[in-house]
Amino acid sequence: MSGAASTNPAGSRTASRIIIYGLLAFFAAIYLAPLFVMIVTSFKTLDEIRDGNMLALPREATIAPWLAAWGSACVGLTCAGIKGYFANSIAMVLPAVAISTLLGALNGYVLSKWRFPGHKWMFGMMLFACFIPFQIVLIPMARVLGLLGLADSTAGLVLVHVVYGLGFTTLFFRNYYEAFPNELIRAAQMDGASFFQIFRRILLPASGPIIVVTVIYQFTNIWNDFLFGASFTSGGNAPMTVALNNLVNTSTSVREYNVHMAAALIAALPTLFVYVVAGRYFVRGLMAGAVKG
Amino acid sequence: MRAGGALGWLQQALPKLVLAPSFAAVLLFVYGFILWTIYLSFTRSRLLPVYELAGFDAYERLWLQPNWWRAVNNIAIFGSLYIFICIALGLLLAILLDQKIRGEGFLRPVYLYPMAVSFIVTGTAWKWFLNPGLGVEKTMQAWGFSWFHFDWLINPDMAIYTIVIAGVWQASGFCMAMFLAGLRGVDSDVMKAAQIDGAGAFSLYRRIVIPQLRPVFLSAFIVLAHMAIKSYDLVIALTGGGPGNATELPSTFMYSYTFTRNQMAVGAASAVIMLMTICAIIVPYLYSELREKSA
Repeated sequence: MSGAASTNPAGSRTASRIIIYGLLAFFAAIYLAPLFVMIVTSFKTLDEIRDGNMLALPREATIAPWLAAWGSACVGLTCAGIKGYFANSIAMVLPAVAISTLLGALNGYVLSKWRFPGHKWMFGMMLFACFIPFQIVLIPMARVLGLLGLADSTAGLVLVHVVYGLGFTTLFFRNYYEAFPNELIRAAQMDGASFFQIFRRILLPASGPIIVVTVIYQFTNIWNDFLFGASFTSGGNAPMTVALNNLVNTSTSVREYNVHMAAALIAALPTLFVYVVAGRYFVRGLMAGAVKG
Repeated sequence: MRAGGALGWLQQALPKLVLAPSFAAVLLFVYGFILWTIYLSFTRSRLLPVYELAGFDAYERLWLQPNWWRAVNNIAIFGSLYIFICIALGLLLAILLDQKIRGEGFLRPVYLYPMAVSFIVTGTAWKWFLNPGLGVEKTMQAWGFSWFHFDWLINPDMAIYTIVIAGVWQASGFCMAMFLAGLRGVDSDVMKAAQIDGAGAFSLYRRIVIPQLRPVFLSAFIVLAHMAIKSYDLVIALTGGGPGNATELPSTFMYSYTFTRNQMAVGAASAVIMLMTICAIIVPYLYSELREKSA
């Protein structure tokens, strides 16, 4: 396309297209390889894993590893699979996402449409909370959860995720409502609409896209969290990620790679599902996370 | 009259009342806890917090730990390579995807999906991938490359680079998405004018497009730097900080000193250093972002 373009435009154009597609395909293969290996391995027998090539398709596909991962694999000392931990994660993620999204919407509404002196400072302080390394709050949080009687519980993790998700959800909604015309709000006020009526009847119906973005973002973050789960829970109350890590590191004589991979895939399914179904919004959600002020 | 006054006051105060619980929570759980941890870092807390001040004792002990030096050294290696490669690869993929590619709708999510999955999940796959005797090494040897050896995962000098590989794999697609959004925002008239003037593809990108992406570079740097410093499950899933302590990062150091080695004050001190590092990057950025908006 560059130097040779003047002498042989068609030929060099084809060549550059081949290079471009070749590179894109090469990188796509690399990005997909771990997922591919996980999937094929989870359907293989242990013998086949030991003897065979990790990239080969299973000769005799078996779903036994999946059943074992779900119902009978050993996590630490208990051997009941990961189903209980999966349920823990569901019980944690649903209320945490719902509460932090609702609060974020209300906060964003106030910070964009009901400004008061100092709103900028308040927003800045909430925004900064998105960036703190969570290590700085681990010790006090562990103490406070203990004092509240929420240590080692799903409710405690819900509280943690709501609190540390507020900065993000507020940021998303505040930026979204910022572009919403103030005239509509003022007109509704003239008509005597109250604070909550304006929110419910005017802003919420227009909030579909940002709600989807926020829910996906929060769902992914909270489902995938490991640090809080590992710090504030133990044993049977741990979320999925912590259980998976324990499962993989549980020392038994035989390392059941196929069961590990099946368990990892089960742990990944909810976020992959959300990502595939709403991938377009997920991209936007990530972009919104990049702080546009 | 009085009721109206109270109601009017309520109307006035309602927005603030709605915001108050969230702000109070952030004030307490973020800023209160930061102060609490800073305070603990000046005590001699071990298994449990003690509140008697001991000056810079914990910081002195922190910087005397070879382990901490290892962690600082590692974050410097990991952070700089991770940020640089993610940005370079993200930009390359975005530029390639920007060439009116068929199947962009398929490729984009392929590059991006690692971001959606926890490292505890994919770390399981990566650990196996990089395991000498099982993964890439065995596969390459099975294909006839008997000289091929890849033992970085268990080699103390090289293990940190496996963390870089897996980290780049996870985050570079996200960089690609940021750069792609930036490229789509570049003024196409300017590009057409330059093309008419005879600018080749390479100089077009180097002279005109990439300089316009400066804000994206900044955002990508901020996000990646912040993710690098916070990286925890990446290391736990892949190496557990080992072999030995070869892949110790400040995040894993803080966790183990606080929760398993009963050195809470030292753990708190390391957390304070992490916070200060992030502040040095984030505060100027947030300040300029928020100030721009008010102008």
